[in-house]
Amino acid sequence: MGAQELEQSSLLIPEVKSRKKRRDVHAGDRRFFWTLRAVALLILAVLIAIAVQLFLVSLPAIRHFGVGFVFSTDWNPVRNRFGAAAFVYGTVVSSVLAIAIAFPISLGVALFLNELAPRRLASAVGFLVEMLAAIPSVVYGLWGLFVVAPWLRTVFEPMMIRYFGFIPLFQGPPYGVGMFTAGVVLAIMITPTISAISREIFRAVPLSHREAALALGATRWETIRLGVLNSSRLGILGAVILGLGRALGETMAVTMVIGNRKDIALSLFAPAQTMASLLANEYAEASDDLHLSALATVGFLLFLVSFLINSLARFLVWRVESRQKEGAPR
Amino acid sequence: MAQTSIILQTKRVNAYFGKVHAIQDVSLEFRSNTVTAMIGPSGCGKSTFIRTLNRMHEEVPGARVEGEVLLDGSNIYQPGVDPVSIRRRIGMVFQKANPFPSLSIFDNVAAGLKLAGFQRRTVLQEVVERSLRQAALWDEVKDKLKAPGTSLSGGQQQRLCIARALAVSPPVLLMDEPTSALDPISTAKIEELVMELKNEVTIVIVTHNMQQAARISDHTAFFLMGEMVECDLTSRIFTKPRDSRTENYITGRFG
Ligand SMILES: Nc1ncnc2c1ncn2[C@@H]1O[C@H](COP(=O)(O)OP(=O)(O)OP(=O)(O)O)[C@@H](O)[C@H]1O
Ligand SMILES: [Mg+2]
Repeated sequence: MGAQELEQSSLLIPEVKSRKKRRDVHAGDRRFFWTLRAVALLILAVLIAIAVQLFLVSLPAIRHFGVGFVFSTDWNPVRNRFGAAAFVYGTVVSSVLAIAIAFPISLGVALFLNELAPRRLASAVGFLVEMLAAIPSVVYGLWGLFVVAPWLRTVFEPMMIRYFGFIPLFQGPPYGVGMFTAGVVLAIMITPTISAISREIFRAVPLSHREAALALGATRWETIRLGVLNSSRLGILGAVILGLGRALGETMAVTMVIGNRKDIALSLFAPAQTMASLLANEYAEASDDLHLSALATVGFLLFLVSFLINSLARFLVWRVESRQKEGAPR
Repeated sequence: MAQTSIILQTKRVNAYFGKVHAIQDVSLEFRSNTVTAMIGPSGCGKSTFIRTLNRMHEEVPGARVEGEVLLDGSNIYQPGVDPVSIRRRIGMVFQKANPFPSLSIFDNVAAGLKLAGFQRRTVLQEVVERSLRQAALWDEVKDKLKAPGTSLSGGQQQRLCIARALAVSPPVLLMDEPTSALDPISTAKIEELVMELKNEVTIVIVTHNMQQAARISDHTAFFLMGEMVECDLTSRIFTKPRDSRTENYITGRFG
């Protein structure tokens, strides 16, 4: 009996000790967890606070114009009539244009640097491309205004109008500043983002996927297509979303090259206006309450559009992901 | 066993990773419709060696190969030979199953055919079914050919990779530890498969499992520190090896 008791107690002691220790560890874990949770909640709170604040300032304009605000292209501070359709259109079209131009270029750059270029060249060029992201947007704006716009006006736009003028998108006089110029400048600004993220994604593709393709007798291009691109579709979509997010909200450079015309023109070469550039142009001068409220409403819309586009993209990613998992054995 | 013809042969093959001399003067013969097992301690160069057989070794930056590998009598390292064409004739299955994650089961198996230029749906369907049957996977997946290849279990994925390699009807199939990541039942299935497949293809299989080598192979080659120590009938290697180093390894005295 005595011996048994002794054995039991000696068995128990280390267990108690270790349990105590474990509890301490848990306490640390909990502190860490709550700190992180607080930080995360704070970010969420800031987001909600901004949305609510914007909404409150927008209320007078929303009450006054109702849903028509989004569909009307009439923006006339003198007569106190406000409609944001032209700016929503300008924001969406210039950003989509930017993605359409930047996406193939970024993908090409990323593939070239990761798959084809010798390592030295790749790191040098990669560094330069990433440096593009560090240039202040006002510098892009200046460059767009003094270099890109004149070239587009005198060379590219006349050519497009001549050969593709039968398409309404390419009709009308070449202005130089306008929707298309904004798209081009935005494209250059988001290329480093998209290509840098794509490079990371390509780098993360396991060697085994490439080897699978190679061992099947794939050529270099086929290996890239089958073993690299195929495995990174979701990530590339993510890269495009981030680029799009940047393009939607970009203000300074766009304001300088888009021509600031408060109307919807079918031609891409005509001047236009985005939500962000409208705010930059008019906020300082707005004195009338309704005007200020209308501008806040535009800000709120910009917030919503960014939010919706990001959500849509997330939804796409989620759907593709869940489809890939479908039928998986738990 | 009747002697069959030599389909694949290496003559003094040397393989390097930069300055590292990983394979030294290995000369081996592989007879058609046989299974040859490569055994040896970790790091002795088994993977490197079989990767010289389908010109995968040179895909590693800085790696190179010297010597000759004769496939049906002609040297695959002859200048002007396209490695792509060699890899279409010598299939490979890796240690870790690697189906293309974004492709369906069907498209995974059809991938090699499509690379080789086959487009007709009926042809693809026929070959996909045949290959999946060969890989003993057809009954398990025939109702979900459109599901992603990665939705299968580990053992099924490995058989999918075998089907993918078989689809282009390669005369030779290389397998680098195809069962080392699998459970015993999946392993048994693949071993059974290997023994059936040898009626159609010549198999070179790397394995760490000596029982596996003894069960499924006709010949066994023992590697040690980049050299091929000896190669003989499996029954002889495991009963009376000629080299004492082989005997030590097999009896578990080192490695
Ligand atoms: N990418 C590489 N670069 C440099 N050396 C390498 C590389 N891969 C392998 N080696 C070296 O080549 C030798 C043979 O390696 P290999 O992978 O062929 O061994 P193995 O027999 O397949 O081993 P295991 O049983 O662990 O798979 C080892 O000494 C290894 O260190
Ligand atoms: Mg190996």
